[in-house]
Amino acid sequence: METLISEIMTKPDIENLKKWARQLRLDVLMMLNKAKSGHTGGSLSAADIVAALYFYKMRHDPKNTKWEDRDRFVLSKGHAAPIQYAALARCGYFSPKELRTLRKLGSILQGHPDMKCTPGIEVCTGSLGQGLSMANGMALALRLDKKTSRVYALLGDGEVEEGQIWEAAMSAAHYKLDNICAILDFNGFQIDGAVTDVMNVEPLTEKWKAFGWHVLMIDGHDMEQIIHALDEAETIKGQPTMIIARTVKGKGVSIFEGKYQYHGVPPSDEELKKSLEELGVSAEGWPERLVE
Amino acid sequence: MTKLLGTREVYGDTLSELGAVNKNIVVLDADLSGSTKTSVFAKKFPDRFFNMGVSEADMMGTAAGLSTCGKIPFASTFAIFASGRAWEQVRQSIAYPKLNVKIVASHGGITVGEDGASHQAIEDIALMRCIPNMTVIMPCDGIETKSVIHEIVKYNGPVYVRVARGKFPVVMPEDYKFSIGKGVVVRNGKDATIIAMGLMVSHAIEAAAMLEKEGLNIRVINMSTIKPIDRDLIIKAAKETGAIITAEEHSIIGGLGEAVAGVVAEEFPVPMKRVGIQDKFGQSGLAEELLAHYGLMPKDIAVAVREVVKKK
Ligand SMILES: Cc1ncc(C[n+]2csc(CCOP(=O)(O)OP(=O)(O)O)c2C)c(N)n1
Ligand SMILES: [Mg+2]
Repeated sequence: METLISEIMTKPDIENLKKWARQLRLDVLMMLNKAKSGHTGGSLSAADIVAALYFYKMRHDPKNTKWEDRDRFVLSKGHAAPIQYAALARCGYFSPKELRTLRKLGSILQGHPDMKCTPGIEVCTGSLGQGLSMANGMALALRLDKKTSRVYALLGDGEVEEGQIWEAAMSAAHYKLDNICAILDFNGFQIDGAVTDVMNVEPLTEKWKAFGWHVLMIDGHDMEQIIHALDEAETIKGQPTMIIARTVKGKGVSIFEGKYQYHGVPPSDEELKKSLEELGVSAEGWPERLVE
Repeated sequence: MTKLLGTREVYGDTLSELGAVNKNIVVLDADLSGSTKTSVFAKKFPDRFFNMGVSEADMMGTAAGLSTCGKIPFASTFAIFASGRAWEQVRQSIAYPKLNVKIVASHGGITVGEDGASHQAIEDIALMRCIPNMTVIMPCDGIETKSVIHEIVKYNGPVYVRVARGKFPVVMPEDYKFSIGKGVVVRNGKDATIIAMGLMVSHAIEAAAMLEKEGLNIRVINMSTIKPIDRDLIIKAAKETGAIITAEEHSIIGGLGEAVAGVVAEEFPVPMKRVGIQDKFGQSGLAEELLAHYGLMPKDIAVAVREVVKKK
């Protein structure tokens, strides 16, 4: 791991953030079970990172979604939409009741993130490999306008097989976009199997470094490490930062953990029951009632 | 009840049957082999299967390279990524040199369902049809899919085949043989002709049955080769029935409807109407709900037929 500077922000409430991550996992499982389709593994692996961004790091205002000074979040691995929808609902962008409508005809919550339908979604993603370029565009515009806002982009480890990711990696470094922080959800699996078997992307640290990025390696389920890395990224000047977050696909629920077969499979009623027991959360009163 | 068959399932099975006989067949996929069903081939012939990961552009270029060395590459992914993401690679590396690459794209159209607009290819036929040298096919059912895959292996040149996520009712007889560039009359009639592709062929047959009760005698053509289109069959239908309705699970811009309209306008103008997606993006929902929402049900085709017949 690279050197981490000591905390610069007021001390975050780690326990509270962990609670939010648990809430988001509950939401994801409930939403996907109701939708009867969607992506379980990649939503759960990103839960802690997304919780840290929405409930700690990002400056944003759910009541003023077009606030010019807000930080931006781009879910480049758009199939993990449920985790972002859960965060948006819990922050107050829209009623948690909407979570019941995921993927249904006419819903504000489309199968993949859609800026035209959902308050708080910045761009349309779902076709992999395109998000980082859009994040770069935002970062360039924000810099032109002398804004201090930052842009966060979450990528998948299978997703970085797309050539466009490396074109964007080059551009971000070329334009010294230090207002960009990308996070790689390094869960080791894509659809057809382990990333090392399908199309190896390693060595990742060396690749991103060679492309001119400041690279941090963390455990993507350790809230303190996530917070430290996000804070450090903000202090890096003259180059973009990539946080490579080691994660477990399906994290939090042993039925799904590390199983690529669950990439695009929602929990059945039986699996949902077991999952919630394991997480120590209850479906009762969902989505209005919050986890304790 | 009508028998249902998945066109992508038949594709996977046929590909692995052919792979056993023809050792030149190689298959590429972009991390969707379970969905496109190339996984069936991959299990049987792991040496001749190349998973390229999530990199469609690279996959198309690699397929082009393989074909220059005498292989017959089948490259598969979702229709939106095959036709959209890798369009220029298909144009430059495959179609321009007229290389023997078969692109079989699954999850065409809005029946993709819950994944929503990002995954619903409603422009792929248009995108592929406008490239010189490219042959464009959409089988109407599982039986035709099998025959299509057999035929395109015999043909030397680039081909784009669209298959679907959902299962289609079987329309063609067991012994049906597809030939490239030939439409098929699946129902005779004299008052108007519905020219359809894919799932819309069975919807057109249902529409024709509905209209029969109103005394209208409707011809239905399965136009599985969208390019090169069967001009003779279209002209004959225009002359004999005097009204043409097209039906496609695709944008009305650039698809089957415009291909037919081009022939009709140039050769034998008659009243026409295109049933298809009216220049709109798709959205999340169940396949059946979306078909109804976008006006692609048999009753929608029947409405269009009545309208056109009135103009005769
Ligand atoms: C351009 C494109 N190609 C293919 C797909 C289909 N697809 C959806 S998710 C996925 C695998 C992604 O793997 P990864 O980035 O590792 O996601 P995670 O493990 O975080 O879910 C693929 C191939 C897509 N959405 N976009
Ligand atoms: Mg992954």
